[in-house]
Amino acid sequence: MWWFIGKRLIQGLITVWFIATATFFAMHNVPGDPLLNDRATTPIIRANLEAKYGLDKPLLTQYFIYLNNIAHGDFGISFAQENREVNDIIREHFPVSAILGVLAVLIAAVGGILWGSLTALYRNRMPDYIIMFLVILGISVPSFVIAALSQLGIVTINQLLGINFLPVAGWGTIYHMLVPALVLGLSTMAYLTRLMRSSMLEIVYSDFVRTAKSKGVPPARIFARHQLRNAVLPVITVLGPSIAAITTGGFVVEIVFAIPGLGRFFVEAVQQLDYTVIMGTTVFYGAFLVFMVILVDVIYGFIDPRVRLS
Amino acid sequence: MAEYSAADFAPLKVQSHSQTLSRPSLSYWQDAWIRLKANRRALTSLYLVIGLLVFTLLGPLIWRVNPASQDLDQISAPPGRDRGALVVPEYTPWEGPTTQATELQLAAPPTSQAVRLQWAPLPNAHGHRVYRNLYPVGPERAFGIPLAEFFDNSTLYFEDRLDLRPGRYYYSVVALNDNGRPTTEAQTITVDVRRATSISDAIKQGIIPVDAEVEVGDVLQVALHPLGTDYLGRDMLARLMAGARVSLFIGIFAPFLYVLFGVVYGSVAGFLGGKIDQLMMRFADFVVALPFLLFMILFKIAFGIGPGESGVFPMLVAMILLLWPASARLVRGQILQIREQGYVEASKLLGAKSTYLIFRHMLPNTLGVVLVTLTFEIPRAIFTEAFLSFIGMGVAPPTPSWGSMSNEGIKTMLNTPHELIFPALMISITVLAFNLLGDGLRDALDARMRNTE
Amino acid sequence: MLSPKGWGILGADGGAMSDSHKALIDHDDNFTRSAGKQLAVYAVYAVLILAAVVYLLSLAAGHTGNNGNDMAVDIENNAITIALREEPPQLDPGRSTDASSGVVLAHVFEGLINYDEEAQLTPGVAERWEIREDGATFWLRDNARWSDGKVVTAQDFVFAWRRVVDPATAAEYAFFLYPIKNGEEINRGELPKEMLGVRAVNDRQLEVEFSRPTPYFDKLVAWYTYLPVREDFYNSRNGRFGADADELLYNGPYMITEWVHSSSMLWKKNPYYWSDARGFVDEIRTAYITNDDNAKLNLFKDSKIVETHLSSPMLPDAMAEKWQIDRAMDGTVFFFEFNHRPGRITSNLNFRKALLFAQESSELVYKALKEASYLPAVSLFPVWIEGVNGKFREEYPPPNHHMDLEKARHYLALAKEELGLDEFPPIVMLSGDQPASMVSATYYQELFRDRLGLEIRIDTQIFKQRLQKMTAGDFDIVLAGWGPDYDDALTYGDLFASWNLQNRGRYKSDEMDALIKKAQTTLDKVDRVATFGKIQQLVYDDAVILPMYERGWTYVVNPQVKGIRRRVVGPEVDYNFARIDVSSD
Repeated sequence: MWWFIGKRLIQGLITVWFIATATFFAMHNVPGDPLLNDRATTPIIRANLEAKYGLDKPLLTQYFIYLNNIAHGDFGISFAQENREVNDIIREHFPVSAILGVLAVLIAAVGGILWGSLTALYRNRMPDYIIMFLVILGISVPSFVIAALSQLGIVTINQLLGINFLPVAGWGTIYHMLVPALVLGLSTMAYLTRLMRSSMLEIVYSDFVRTAKSKGVPPARIFARHQLRNAVLPVITVLGPSIAAITTGGFVVEIVFAIPGLGRFFVEAVQQLDYTVIMGTTVFYGAFLVFMVILVDVIYGFIDPRVRLS
Repeated sequence: MAEYSAADFAPLKVQSHSQTLSRPSLSYWQDAWIRLKANRRALTSLYLVIGLLVFTLLGPLIWRVNPASQDLDQISAPPGRDRGALVVPEYTPWEGPTTQATELQLAAPPTSQAVRLQWAPLPNAHGHRVYRNLYPVGPERAFGIPLAEFFDNSTLYFEDRLDLRPGRYYYSVVALNDNGRPTTEAQTITVDVRRATSISDAIKQGIIPVDAEVEVGDVLQVALHPLGTDYLGRDMLARLMAGARVSLFIGIFAPFLYVLFGVVYGSVAGFLGGKIDQLMMRFADFVVALPFLLFMILFKIAFGIGPGESGVFPMLVAMILLLWPASARLVRGQILQIREQGYVEASKLLGAKSTYLIFRHMLPNTLGVVLVTLTFEIPRAIFTEAFLSFIGMGVAPPTPSWGSMSNEGIKTMLNTPHELIFPALMISITVLAFNLLGDGLRDALDARMRNTE
Repeated sequence: MLSPKGWGILGADGGAMSDSHKALIDHDDNFTRSAGKQLAVYAVYAVLILAAVVYLLSLAAGHTGNNGNDMAVDIENNAITIALREEPPQLDPGRSTDASSGVVLAHVFEGLINYDEEAQLTPGVAERWEIREDGATFWLRDNARWSDGKVVTAQDFVFAWRRVVDPATAAEYAFFLYPIKNGEEINRGELPKEMLGVRAVNDRQLEVEFSRPTPYFDKLVAWYTYLPVREDFYNSRNGRFGADADELLYNGPYMITEWVHSSSMLWKKNPYYWSDARGFVDEIRTAYITNDDNAKLNLFKDSKIVETHLSSPMLPDAMAEKWQIDRAMDGTVFFFEFNHRPGRITSNLNFRKALLFAQESSELVYKALKEASYLPAVSLFPVWIEGVNGKFREEYPPPNHHMDLEKARHYLALAKEELGLDEFPPIVMLSGDQPASMVSATYYQELFRDRLGLEIRIDTQIFKQRLQKMTAGDFDIVLAGWGPDYDDALTYGDLFASWNLQNRGRYKSDEMDALIKKAQTTLDKVDRVATFGKIQQLVYDDAVILPMYERGWTYVVNPQVKGIRRRVVGPEVDYNFARIDVSSD
């Protein structure tokens, strides 16, 4: 088991190195000059700025300095936020994205499992049709449209009720998180509902369910012990990657709802060509993704010995 | 125990009718097609996909409107609106009224070309501000949009040309104090604006021929836009067709290329096996680990786009670079499975070469899986394009794509919803169609795949 | 459309299912009912657990964001809530360059001279001042204090100004101090920073020597690059000065007590501030940092912020809400900057004139951009620039320009002849990625194709890439804008001097250079303004630029708050005079 974990960790580190390298060379290939600003500067100021960010050294030297810094967990100083370290920026903004992502996945998982079971239970009846129709909407309508419409919805509801039922944008309290998390988790919820439904239906026809039925086990018990418990396994499998994907993919929601998450910050950094922030965020998110996957693998390794062998 | 004679071991005569089947033999694909046809949902989505392709490829041949052409008489016009327009003289700049006004009044008939106002100085005014409203001015003293301000009383007229649409407007002038701030003195008039066009505009838009006998005062029908126009007066239908070309090009071509690459990569890895396979799959793992959207954005700016380029090509390349591993893994898995099958073993024993094995047995048997993957990758690619264009990192304007059209439409969502609804609907329909088609294909091609999501 | 039955089998359960199975599942209502009950029980559990998790997460989130439950106007605490467009990169005044920093600095710092509610110059830290041909003297008040109680002295300005021109600081706005003697030489690294022509005669008196006559120096010192910094505090910060709320020392009406990066700020009244003519509300809560206008509009509707900008698509909604909409100029002029480098097609005067006469900026503003607060630009100098007695543009009206296709085609034919071309190659139009730029570019692309048969290739680039292409001269036309640095015509007038680094199209003419030199040094007001009038005419005659629009704001303010000012020069929005006034409603 330890050998398995160690091997995965080493693979993970190599992957992070690969990401860091790909990012570095992609970034230094970008046309444009991060040190230019609206007002033109004199050559000496420019030289000083270059020295400050180490851009005056040869590319390969920069690369090794950069790798060395990453190894020490230092992503450097932001170009746009001149006195802030990229580490600080990640420390401040990543938790926001992570909280939003975790909540979105939770809502998606709970919703997906419940709706999925419901549709399987009421197969080919009204609840099934309604939910599956909504699932189709959730899969087919782009998230930015849903985000904008839901924001519009909040405003309308607030005005109709004459009270502040939910905040429209911003961050900080429970109420700020609900709608963005729901919007962010919607497509995942739709996906999980489908997954849960087909997984349930497969089990409904399985021999052990039929056996239990013929034995006269109470229906509620069959449903809970035999069907739900078995059907939920494949859903759990995809949760790990989903958290990482949702956390790193929340740009639109963060932008529309003015949430100070790392995704929004990344888009702004790209527009400003903020080298250090772009590289830092990418490497950080890459590492986050890699280690989430490893974590899930390791947990599975403990649960299911077959995984270790493959 | 029975006695056997040599005659008992003589071969039978060939019986010509014993092998006749009661049903015609069906190939894998024929069988799949029958199953697909039985699936009403999949069949409908297949028709939808064909419809989309017709819309994209043949549409521009039928609806021959230049998607870049700007009809400035009809800006953000919703579909299905009265198109009658009064013919007025060419616009010439207004140098001011010739008569003195006694109160706020019109200096010329109000048309969508211009509304000309003049007024007499308000009591205690050190200047005036002109407002325009869509609603009557009530006790809230909300006069609407401030259009212009004059900080002395020497100018007592104003010409409004700002985005005038046919309909009723309420114009007000409000007196300013000596600090240039509005006071409580105000006058309001109601103005009914008529749609107008000049003869030269009408000729330019192709509503009337060059030698048409049209006079000022006649009524014409302005150009038809079945789905309305956008914020620059461009025809929505033509733009949706042009946008379809970009969105579907990326949506279909990109998955096609990266799935193809994945198939080659995966089958090579799977076929060669051993160390090389391990190495190749490790590399695929690296690429999978890259945060997808972050790298899409990164590659997009790293490739850069030059003047007049739409940015479709860099997006295509970025997608190919990032998205091939999934299908590579899938195909490799399939190949590994097929390699162990008895018929492949048999074929090998009979002396089949590698190329024969790959092209006769392995690839055809993975084709079903690949086709299903491809169908599911298309919605994903379309979403990616839409998403990137929405945050301004996708296709560069003025090239239309459904994503960038949605991005533009979302700003005017409240006033002219058609600018958002149509492109968003196109995205949704396309994604839906390919998803359902994928479901259907999967069910039709491989019953075992039913539950592997 | 499909029948509902078709939707029912969306999942991956295909056709193969025996009838007995169907019977077992579909008709066992008893089973479904009990299982459904069980599911409902689970659903209740799940929702309860989810609620608990949400609660825990919100506790965690409390550390990452603002407490956004504040209302726009908090009468009880005499506080208002606002939104800031962008996160200030940092707040070291000497190194700040952006508009958002400008807004914050205007509330938490005060320079020698300040602007009053009606945008007129008013004494700040300096009680009085005197500007001569060769220099200036400022007499500082003795009750201007830092937020730790110490008095603001002349040395604080000397330290701050030397630091700005010091090349080691790498301040991008160092050129603002070039009118001070040796400023430019120090900034180029030719002289030590102690040689800067500024000296503290004593704590209360500041002497400035000019490198050239600078009649507008009073307007310059009102700009944030000239703000004071106290040496001992700066040195105690180990290079982190300006990075956080506690890494700054304030001398303005407000001080920042909380700064959650990219999320919120809290400005509280500075107890040591000397004047009671500004800083009327006790607390300004910058609860939101967002440049999404729609999000801000929704916040305003919800009474979460006191003021918001309204872009044209929002106006019908605003009218339906019966808001009192206001307008103000932003100060920035947008125009085509032509590439005048030799060899470029745009270096041909007739070609530029052809483009100029093929269009009229009013159509761009009224039909394409449709922004009620924008003015069609007709000159390099915007409407609000001051002349001798009144507005410059009234004293020197810009050339009367109207579209004239005949003329345009005539000039185009001339250009073709002069350049010896059979056909014009595609013209590259460099544009930023902001909506207004992209709309303008698209509008002109079609216009020139339609009216002159020219092919325009739009080159949309993000900010830094556009700047690089501008600097390298990699364009024919660039959609550029210029905002004022100080309240004087020269901020526009010297743009096309051959030595100006901002002159990215490399326009060069001896006549222009001579006029600019004259405008820079002439002390006689009438003569000076007349020189700007000549520059205005020359810019038109030589088609140096093609003016597009002057930017403005349409905005709405909560009726309970008075005194919020939008400014052309200085902070974009000024809350220093904001006060809560519920009487009128």
